[in-house]
Amino acid sequence: MIALLLRDLKLAFRAGGGFGLGLAFFLIVTVMVPFSVGPQSELLARIAPGVLWLGALLACLLSLDRLLALDWEDGSLDLLATAPLPLESTVTIKALAHWITTGLPLVLAAPVLGVLLNLPVLGFQWLVVSLLLGTPALSVIGTFGAALTVGLKRGGLLMSLLVMPLYVPTLIFGSEVARRGAEGMAVQTPLLLLAGISAASIALLPFASAAVLRVNLR
Amino acid sequence: MTLTVTDLGVARGGIPVLEGLSFALAPGKALILRGPNGIGKTTLLRTVAGLQPPLKGRVEGAEDQIAYAAHSDGLKPTLTVAENLTFWASVFGRNGIEQALDGFDLQTLRDRQAGALSAGQKRRLGLSRMLVTGRPVWIMDEPTVSLDTTSVAMFADAVRAHLGQGGSALIATHIDLGLEAEVLDVGPYKAKPPEIDDFDGGFL
Repeated sequence: MIALLLRDLKLAFRAGGGFGLGLAFFLIVTVMVPFSVGPQSELLARIAPGVLWLGALLACLLSLDRLLALDWEDGSLDLLATAPLPLESTVTIKALAHWITTGLPLVLAAPVLGVLLNLPVLGFQWLVVSLLLGTPALSVIGTFGAALTVGLKRGGLLMSLLVMPLYVPTLIFGSEVARRGAEGMAVQTPLLLLAGISAASIALLPFASAAVLRVNLR
Repeated sequence: MTLTVTDLGVARGGIPVLEGLSFALAPGKALILRGPNGIGKTTLLRTVAGLQPPLKGRVEGAEDQIAYAAHSDGLKPTLTVAENLTFWASVFGRNGIEQALDGFDLQTLRDRQAGALSAGQKRRLGLSRMLVTGRPVWIMDEPTVSLDTTSVAMFADAVRAHLGQGGSALIATHIDLGLEAEVLDVGPYKAKPPEIDDFDGGFL
């Protein structure tokens, strides 16, 4: 399992691995929003948590396309399916590798980009906490979407449409945590719901992903 | 452990291609599958490998015993030859890739990126993966594609050594490998087209 994780990380950092794609997209979104909204610092401060969360979510979505498709194309997925590793753990490791290469950099970059959007000081810690809790769910749900569409050529469009509704609860509660935190309100309720969604996704979805992957490999 | 296939029927894309196939593969033996293109050799091998369920019949003794080599080698172009092999070795819970590198004459290429290999070299790397798996039953689909005669001989030696150690091999190929192996022509097992019960059946 560790070998698979290390390989995926190594592949992500090598040429053409796609590391930084999500990060660059996140950067572009948050840098461009002030230009399009205009120099109204109050308005920016109000929309900052939502924009940062939406940017992070779309950045995650952008890199899902290659999560399993590359392994499918070069035949590794067939070989992994016949390896001693159960497919459930294969998809979990894949999701973990995706989170480390996409989710974690977003969490770390978010406070820096929050400055560009005039995020209130109180909001920084809650933004980081909410992203840290929410992005694993985005990766796991995304892996499920990637498993569903793995056999399709250019399945990115279908996958985005399938994954979008599943991302909605995470987005709602994640940005709610960040917004309430920024306005100095209590964050407990959305925070617990966000954590609950992540925990449930991580616990249940690998089984669903492995099941659909088995069907798609036929 | 003997691989036993009983009255197997397999389907590709929902259409039955082979049926009524039975054979047994004992340790130390090799079985060569022959048959025209499209007859279902790949489908049969994928079914035996457990990648798709059989239409009917049973496959016994394959679970956690097989190493599968498909048309594509499952290589990552940005990893080196040694990294690719080490990865597969550790996935199968083994270490030591030297023997595999020696067996397919890859020592001089070990630090070359797999993307920079020629088609034949890639194929050799893909086949050397079988050596690092440590699995007793090799299932191989057209293993000699893009190999030159020297490499084919190298491959035949590897298979012979594997059989000598009590392993077995199920190989779909069209060329003569010079192995002491049974040959199974799957042509006669071609599935009959499904019967249409009534006129409407053809439209459903």
